[in-house]
Amino acid sequence: MLITNEIRHSLYECMLRIRRFEEAAKANEVDDHLCVGQEAANVGACISLRKDDFLTAYHRSHGHAIAKGVPVDVLMAELMLKVDGICKGRGGTLHLADPTVGLLGTTAIVGGGKPLALGAGLSAHLRGTDQVSLCVFGDGASNQGTFHETLNMAALWNLPVIFFCDNNLYAISTSTEKSRAQPDVAKHAEGYDIPGVIIDGQDVEAVYIAMCTAVERARRGEGPTLIEAKTYRFEEHCRGLTINIPYRSDEEVEFQRANRDPIELYRKKLLDSGFITVEQLNAIAEKIASEISQAVAFGKASKVPDISTIYDYQYSNPINYPPTSI
Amino acid sequence: MHKEEKKTSFLDAINQAQIEEMQRDDRVFLIGEDISIYGGTSIVKSIEEKRVMNMPISELGFTGMGVGAAMAGMRPIVDLTISSFVYLASDPIINQAAKQRYMTGGLMQVPIVFRACMYYNVGNSAQHSDRPYPTFMNSPGLKIVVPSTPADAKGLMKAAIRDDDPVLFFEDINLWSQKAIVSDDKDFVIPIGVAEVKRQGTDVTIISIGACLSKALAASEQLSSEGISVEVLDPRTLVPLDKKAILESVRKTGRLVIVENAHRTNGVAAEIAAVISEEGFESLLKPIQRVATPDVNIPASPALEKSLYPSVEAVVAAVRKII
Repeated sequence: MLITNEIRHSLYECMLRIRRFEEAAKANEVDDHLCVGQEAANVGACISLRKDDFLTAYHRSHGHAIAKGVPVDVLMAELMLKVDGICKGRGGTLHLADPTVGLLGTTAIVGGGKPLALGAGLSAHLRGTDQVSLCVFGDGASNQGTFHETLNMAALWNLPVIFFCDNNLYAISTSTEKSRAQPDVAKHAEGYDIPGVIIDGQDVEAVYIAMCTAVERARRGEGPTLIEAKTYRFEEHCRGLTINIPYRSDEEVEFQRANRDPIELYRKKLLDSGFITVEQLNAIAEKIASEISQAVAFGKASKVPDISTIYDYQYSNPINYPPTSI
Repeated sequence: MHKEEKKTSFLDAINQAQIEEMQRDDRVFLIGEDISIYGGTSIVKSIEEKRVMNMPISELGFTGMGVGAAMAGMRPIVDLTISSFVYLASDPIINQAAKQRYMTGGLMQVPIVFRACMYYNVGNSAQHSDRPYPTFMNSPGLKIVVPSTPADAKGLMKAAIRDDDPVLFFEDINLWSQKAIVSDDKDFVIPIGVAEVKRQGTDVTIISIGACLSKALAASEQLSSEGISVEVLDPRTLVPLDKKAILESVRKTGRLVIVENAHRTNGVAAEIAAVISEEGFESLLKPIQRVATPDVNIPASPALEKSLYPSVEAVVAAVRKII
């Protein structure tokens, strides 16, 4: 697996793009379910996929969407619930989709994306293509029944599905310590006779390499892989959440921010190894800043959806619809 | 020599529809549990194995898999067999299939058919005797059909497979062996959302759902000998309801009995009655009557069970109350 400088720079740039996007979302009060701290896991998982590879994701998926190729302007407009948003303001932060880059959907039902990704993998098998299907999900979702059902079926039929767990140790306020009998999600892989890979989710190159290996295996028709990225969520689960009883200490969060920021870690690594210069870093930073500020402007300029369109898009083939009365 | 027109059973009609559509479009495929055990042998024998897949007992997982495959460009049929199992698949049906297109502003479509057979009145007891269509009527984004004849079953199944939206197809075990002449035209499709007058009449309308049709027709014959002219209207599609046809019939007769096999509370009869109260009140000469299965779980004992579902006598009695 050869990692070129071009790849290194794009990994870094994508992580920074996600970070600045999340910060802008927060600054404009349209943040929700931020993935700050999980950028390496998101980028390493999604960036190498083709546009025709499938992705299903979950409620904390601005990062996955960006890494898969959803443009930041229509994404920001969607968070702002405007008509030029990627889902025309109907999905919001929770229900993003972009079939032009293979993002089938992000779902607010924890565990709901796994069967969908399995189905996308099945479609590739039926079609006879080498498309792969990535399902990203959190540690919370590893407790849903869909985890077992979909891993079993993917392994049974050798489907090209990659199961990628962002284990950030907490499902809202419930720690994996208090909800999982087996702390390592990837250990379940043995039960399905497929590879289970545990990686440091804050090391973007480690994630990238693990993902490329899994993708190549899937494209060769050798079946699924279960990858677990040990990561951490720096922000709160979502905006406006009232924490009456702290579920994690401030010291723990501060430690993670100070020592385990994936972007800082990679920036330092690239500089120390001579793979990037300060000038190049600054150029990337400026480019991202401009992109994000244009995205915010785009979102702000876009209109709020018109109420006369409320019934639009419910059906592909509306019959006796919209309802004519009441 | 008598030339016998070939008759097709309700079950064979559904299977034929699936086979024809799978031969027509190779994006159509079937998944389900024990497909050949639950009446699908002819499909297993006609279509390549790749597209007729036997599932492990994972209704939630494989129904979601079907939804995902539909979102990724295929046209699946998910056979949930005994309709009591459909609840396990509720999340992918309601939270995913029914909502994807709307949530994504039209970017996604979910051209999928969920097929389930209502087993009841066959001594299967409580957990294998559900008639769940009312439960799903309250979820915008779905289409729901309940055919009552072999021809309707074939035509509606073909329509459901060709429709680009998620369709719930509820069949009935009590109809599986019923035979009738069915078109063998490969493009024979019965449009979704269109009711059919199964018997013309002028004094009272009976709206009958699914297998209640035979009870409604038998009741009509009995009442006809007493000089009461009964019109029997079969909605065929429950969502979207053919309100126009329903209101037209009630405008003509002024009297309405609705008969269905689901439990009484919140059955489709409740919705139809509400629609007429709102939009056809002036047509009514008498209150609307509902004949449905009482709100009680289905007992194992046939002596008890058989008394529960709408009978010809109950339908006749309901008509008499308003004539």
